[in-house]
Amino acid sequence: MAIDKEMVKRLGILSRLRIPDENMDEMVNELTKIIGWVDQLNDVNTDNIIPMNSVVEDMNLPERVDQVTDGNIRDDVIKNAPDQMDGYFLVPKVVE
Amino acid sequence: MSYIIKGETGDWEIVVGLEVHCEVISKAKLFSGASATFGGEANTQVSFVDAGFPGMLPVINHECVEQAIKTGFGLNATINKKSIFARKNYYYADLPNGYQISQSDHPIVSDGYIDVDLENGETRRIGIERLHLEQDAGKLMHDQHPSKSFVDLNRAGVALMEIVSRPDIRSPEEAGAYLRKLRSIVRYIGSCDGNMDEGSMRCDANVSVRHPGEPFGTRAEIKNVNSIRFVMQAIEYEAKRQVELLEEGGKVVQETRKFDSTTGVTKTMRSKETAVDYRYFYDPDLIPLRLTDELIERLHKEMPELPDAMKKRFIENYGLTAYDADQLIMEKDIATYFEKAAKGHDAKKVANYIMGDLFGALNKLGKSINESPVSPENLGRMVDLINDGTISSRIAKDVFQFMIDEGKTPDEIVNEKGLKQVSDTSAIEKIIDEVIANNPDKVAEFRSGKDKLLGWFVGQTMKASQGKANPAMLNELLRKKLVG
Amino acid sequence: MTDLVELTVAEALDGLNKKEFTSVELTQAHLDEMAKARELNAYVIETPELALERAKASDERRQRGEKLGKMEGIPVGMKDLYCTKGVRTTACSHILDNFVPPYESTVSLNLQNNGSVMLGKTNMDEFAMGTANLTSYFGAVRNPHKDKNNPDKFLIPGGSSGGSAAAVSAGLCMCATGSDTGGSIRTPASFCGIVGMKPTYGRCSRYGMIAFASSLDQAGTMTRTVHDTAIMLESMAGYDPKDSTVVNIPVPNYEKALTGDIRGLKIGIPREYNPDKGLNSDVRHVWEKTAEKLKAAGAEIVEISLPSTKYALPTYYLIAPAEASSNLARYDGVKYGLRVDGKSLDEMYTNTRTAGFGKEVKRRIMIGTCILLEGYYETCYLKAQKVRRLLCQEFAEAYKKVDVILAPAAPETAFGKDDDSTKDPLKMQLYDIFTVPSSLAGLPALSVPAGFSDINGLPIGLQVIGNTFNEETVLRVAGVIESVSGMPYRPLRIGGK
Repeated sequence: MAIDKEMVKRLGILSRLRIPDENMDEMVNELTKIIGWVDQLNDVNTDNIIPMNSVVEDMNLPERVDQVTDGNIRDDVIKNAPDQMDGYFLVPKVVE
Repeated sequence: MSYIIKGETGDWEIVVGLEVHCEVISKAKLFSGASATFGGEANTQVSFVDAGFPGMLPVINHECVEQAIKTGFGLNATINKKSIFARKNYYYADLPNGYQISQSDHPIVSDGYIDVDLENGETRRIGIERLHLEQDAGKLMHDQHPSKSFVDLNRAGVALMEIVSRPDIRSPEEAGAYLRKLRSIVRYIGSCDGNMDEGSMRCDANVSVRHPGEPFGTRAEIKNVNSIRFVMQAIEYEAKRQVELLEEGGKVVQETRKFDSTTGVTKTMRSKETAVDYRYFYDPDLIPLRLTDELIERLHKEMPELPDAMKKRFIENYGLTAYDADQLIMEKDIATYFEKAAKGHDAKKVANYIMGDLFGALNKLGKSINESPVSPENLGRMVDLINDGTISSRIAKDVFQFMIDEGKTPDEIVNEKGLKQVSDTSAIEKIIDEVIANNPDKVAEFRSGKDKLLGWFVGQTMKASQGKANPAMLNELLRKKLVG
Repeated sequence: MTDLVELTVAEALDGLNKKEFTSVELTQAHLDEMAKARELNAYVIETPELALERAKASDERRQRGEKLGKMEGIPVGMKDLYCTKGVRTTACSHILDNFVPPYESTVSLNLQNNGSVMLGKTNMDEFAMGTANLTSYFGAVRNPHKDKNNPDKFLIPGGSSGGSAAAVSAGLCMCATGSDTGGSIRTPASFCGIVGMKPTYGRCSRYGMIAFASSLDQAGTMTRTVHDTAIMLESMAGYDPKDSTVVNIPVPNYEKALTGDIRGLKIGIPREYNPDKGLNSDVRHVWEKTAEKLKAAGAEIVEISLPSTKYALPTYYLIAPAEASSNLARYDGVKYGLRVDGKSLDEMYTNTRTAGFGKEVKRRIMIGTCILLEGYYETCYLKAQKVRRLLCQEFAEAYKKVDVILAPAAPETAFGKDDDSTKDPLKMQLYDIFTVPSSLAGLPALSVPAGFSDINGLPIGLQVIGNTFNEETVLRVAGVIESVSGMPYRPLRIGGK
């Protein structure tokens, strides 16, 4: 998959960012450079190496006990919202 | 008999796989301490973790893990000692983080099956590909405002088990039986309440068609169908639609469709994202979930008896037919009621009363088995009273109705209402004599050969005894007297 | 009275204990210093009332003879990455406009519970994405140090914890929190002539710390002395049930580790950190000199090899943006922060995010999104994760031979805000070359001032990289570097004394 304008547009849609037409070439260029630059990783032999997701991956995942310890803080949850009413977050109407 | 759609180009077989989302029964959510119970005021069951606030981190709820493992056992599946949580990235107003924490290539449970019984007595084994844990989304409301949708995150972050079947289902009936069986399993285990109408169990159906023996066709996914009946209807409709399409030379498009229950039709859904790619990757806020042998063994030991085992036991121990056993085990509460009522009594008769009179009465009252005015002990006792001749089965109908209405024990009712069966020969003879004396013309007719009138005499005599006469004795004595 | 702004944390604790001054006086002195040095743009929000209130409460605790915290009464700067209850927190991004967290991060809470007094929130690169503190929505931070050849040149403090570094360096706080994903503590510490430590991944809780790349982000300290680092780290580290990746082991007494004795310790000098190109001679010179001094102090210098080092940078620049693209998806104009309305939900999302994120952040989101796409995931993201494991394995091998590794923190000294290199993201990434490998391996690493450049007179920091959870040896060696280098540790009072 090459990095072209179509790809940049798609990435913009997926990440909800608008790339203005005048910046399109720059973005294509930069992404191409980055992808090209990281291509050097192909020189590394990683046969039989398992991907490492976290340096603490061998630890036991901590678990919580099933108790209600949170919630009932609606005012705090809502108060930073740019648009809200009656305890709800408001968004532009979604047509389903 | 397999389910076949007859087409112009030959027979068509349908291929269905179901993805069922079961809301896990737990006090708190999958990754936060907010309440997971249903129905609080909007956004009151929300923590900063659930609402995707900056710097908030998930910590898994152990109970949800146990529920998934137990359900895995119920599905005869492999419990994976290492499973991994991944992020599924997409934007929607009910998804506050912009990603859902789910499991991708390392689910907690994989490779299981359940056996489903069909009406014709056949049993079909449906494979289970996987069960994984994931977060539920919030809820949007669209009717409150002309230009805005309202967002309630109370459900956001509640644990779901997604149970994915293999494409082993071959008819709407099998789909229905699979869902009923799955529902009864999760209810027996207590990992999900299985109420599809409330959304605690939701079903997506992948449907395709093919000529038997051919490879799988392109499938369409019907999203979020909210009753077993609708799932069956949706599959039936969708399969027919595909057959018609294919026979007209068209092609099935791999897409998401929606079932409209009022018209019974499936329709294309507008895609939420124009360029869908969920970009799954392991959630770096979580590390792999490892299960100890001790935990797995303990949960295995703690497993309740499941429907299949119970059915077998009902047939063997109580002498029930397979059909009756099925009726009784479908819901755990009914099975429990039956076992209590049958204990030390005539189990077969108890089963008949439950499936007949009791179901009828509860239906009329709109009550569940747990709200039954007739306790299982009282029902068992009533069957005893029938069997030892204290009451006739006819009188039992009245006694049962009184039990429903008044909630008393059958003994109390029989005594209070004087419903005890009359088995005293002289008392019955006295009544018969009166009936014969009052109907000389009918007696004459009978004696002239109209045997059918015997029934009429039985009725009259029974009526005169207010139904209490022992029917067997009455029959015998009446016959003797009439013949003379 | 002593000039309170000049004191180290250890000295100030001593003075407070001896009742030579109060926390209110100490705090006020720093607030005054902040007012004199606003041109540095080190703070994005100052919280004088809250600070004085907390200082007063601390003085009262001391007065009443209550049990005191490890940093009782000490004024600190808080990187704007840490959510602080009731105090605006934005990660220096427009998209978090006016966000006032209703909760406190664990690190800032630990510091508060240990009696420290927050003076305000320090400037940083937007979402910690940057090496020069040039991507902040609130503007660039000025390094208090000056290029001796060009004293008027606006020098960057390094990033992303540039505000914290400048503030600590200039005496606008006694110490400050930083955060380090790929060098965000160590680079600015080196550029500003202070001590900056990124502990082992999992040592400090990430709860309430605004995420950049979750598998790499780690809270850390910025102080003027190694002793202060020990005090501060002990005050903020520790297990937290709210973070699934924090390690449940006790926090040692780090002050005790500062024995000043490194006899017999093996110090590794990695060959690959000494490239022909890409390491300035002044930095190399300080590095070599310091190694000699450590040898003189009784340590054994061992040349080691970490062959995959050159792959660390591309690995980092795949993993970090991938995680960031997902972590930053929550900024959507619904729950908090900026919203730019639109006709549809998607339009609102796009308007908000396009207006709310700066150029560098958008760039990294785009890269990260791309890398996670089907078609790139396997070859880019998974490949990077495999190389990450290789890097970890190499470090593990190295620590069988040595106790710590000594390396430069940055390839050069602080540069100018308008230098050409700041215009090219790929060039800017090269500044992380020595810090990124230990980030990927989650190792504790500290930058300590080790000398001045003989070219421009700017401070040069060296990195001490330790084995997992071996912060103590790192601190011990850094303490010795500090004393053998003879670097000044009093603040640079740009507003005059």
